[in-house]
Amino acid sequence: MTALRNAPPRYALVVLVVLFFAGLPTVVTSFQSLEWAGVLIFAIAIMGLNVLVGYNGQISLGHGAFMALGAYTTAILVHRYQLNYLVTIPIAGLLTGLVGFFLGIPALRLSPLYLALATFALAVVTPSLIKRPEGLTNGVQGIQLLPPDPPPLLSDVFSLVNGGQPMTSEQWLYYLSFAIALLLFWVAWNLIRHRPGRALRAIRDGEVAAAAFGVNVAGYKTLAFGLSAFYAGVAGSLYGLATGFVSPDTFPVSLSFQLLVGAVIGGLASIAGPLVGGIFTYWLPIVSSQFVSDQTWIPSQISAVFVNAGPAVTYGALLILIMIFAPNGVVGLILSGYRRLRDRLRGAGERGTGQMPPDHQTI
Amino acid sequence: MALLDVRDLSVRFGGVIALDGVSFSVEAGQVVAVIGPNGAGKTTLFNVVTRVYRPAGGSVHLDGQSVLGISPHQVIKRGLARTFQNVALFRSMTVLENVLVGNHSRTHTTFLGAAVPTPGASRMESEARKRAMEVLEFVGLAGRAAEPVASLPFGTQKKVELARALASKPRLLLLDEPAGGISHEEVGGVAALLRRIHSELDVTVLLVEHNMGFVMGLSDHVVVLDFGRKIAEGTPDQIQRNPAVIEAYLGAA
Repeated sequence: MTALRNAPPRYALVVLVVLFFAGLPTVVTSFQSLEWAGVLIFAIAIMGLNVLVGYNGQISLGHGAFMALGAYTTAILVHRYQLNYLVTIPIAGLLTGLVGFFLGIPALRLSPLYLALATFALAVVTPSLIKRPEGLTNGVQGIQLLPPDPPPLLSDVFSLVNGGQPMTSEQWLYYLSFAIALLLFWVAWNLIRHRPGRALRAIRDGEVAAAAFGVNVAGYKTLAFGLSAFYAGVAGSLYGLATGFVSPDTFPVSLSFQLLVGAVIGGLASIAGPLVGGIFTYWLPIVSSQFVSDQTWIPSQISAVFVNAGPAVTYGALLILIMIFAPNGVVGLILSGYRRLRDRLRGAGERGTGQMPPDHQTI
Repeated sequence: MALLDVRDLSVRFGGVIALDGVSFSVEAGQVVAVIGPNGAGKTTLFNVVTRVYRPAGGSVHLDGQSVLGISPHQVIKRGLARTFQNVALFRSMTVLENVLVGNHSRTHTTFLGAAVPTPGASRMESEARKRAMEVLEFVGLAGRAAEPVASLPFGTQKKVELARALASKPRLLLLDEPAGGISHEEVGGVAALLRRIHSELDVTVLLVEHNMGFVMGLSDHVVVLDFGRKIAEGTPDQIQRNPAVIEAYLGAA
């Protein structure tokens, strides 16, 4: 019971966040809905990375490659084989998950530093690899995807709350991403608080002890890799659909960094972290670039520099700041602030044991 | 048949011989202690039995079956749980979560089962939590179940490790220095707890320890190692009067 009393009011917070995202397209423009779809898609990919890096203690600098695989799976199946795009999303996820699982097997033999390098190499070769089988991937030209029409029923329901305006395909892509993000965040939350999630975290905290209590370390580590890739594959599939165009340049090396930065900034080993990470890495650069280029008093040369280099510089600066001042990410910062406030309201001294403050890592 | 049978066990690390032809056995229902000066090979012995190290020679049988062919994570399924010399708790988790990992081998919820929790998975989870709470009750830590282990004092962390091992319902418990690093006052409490584990839960205990008073008051049988060799074994009384043991501990008289 003390656990329940000490828990942050997280259920109310979850409801608020879900309501916010459900209602968002009714207050922002159709184009902005698509930007927010990007946030949710990044959140899915970052959640995948979070399972691997945050909860299991492995590292990947190559999750952009998994997104590329997911995106191209959907693009090729839709474009060449005229498959329904909705069907291709789980296919992309499962295929990427399978590839991730098999890549997880050699990863077992690598120390963290070499695993980082190996996955980084994967991210580096991905654009060139995509260009090769031109018949399949259309090479540098890439593959165009038509914006999907919203289902009529959903469109009608939406127009009721949106002043008679039917749902645009951008808004539909937003809701599709929202539904899938909701599902996959729920799945991750379930995994983490049950036996498999505890096994993943046990491995991160100590492999010898985890094995001593029956955790199949190699098995769980490869499964974590597969699961993580599954999330990235689904995100990639949605990313392709949302941008309507996939090409080798859609998946540069920097995408993989972006995802890792998002995971760290949001907060590793936290369920809310990836959403915060998605906002930081996808939405913030767009908004700040727009903001700067809208300011007429800033000379256009300077604002152009910011728009070009801004995101990269901001990531770097943010990452350093977060590492120094909030090693548990934005979510960790908020949680510790909440705890401090709560303890002050309750009166200090009640829990004063002269001990170091606990390092909370769940949710 | 002995519950644990160690025969001619040898372990080498490069040129260093950590264990040299060590043999002894643990009968079901006994409390057996392995003692010896620092570097005698006591922890190495534990690490071989739990498959962390591979021996250069010899055999380890549990209930007549060799354990040397199985993976480290399968050891616990044979009913063999351990604690660690310097406490190897899962530091980011709470007390309860640590004990729940101890339960890992007795539950079988898979990734898929947990992803979309079925009624079966939820029932198994609540049963596991109930069992974990019972174990915490047994060691007297039920009130601290929700606390993160990293914030607990060392002595309490050792109790959590004991609870985690007990959650797997072992037949044989390997304890690496259960009285090491804790205050003089706490040692008596640990001894009493181990007696209850032995008698009430019917668990056979093999322990490594430096604290002689603790060992002599608790064990049925004592094995003495020095520089990787067994130099004596017998009842606590016999060991205390054994000249070779006295020499190993105090130097030649």
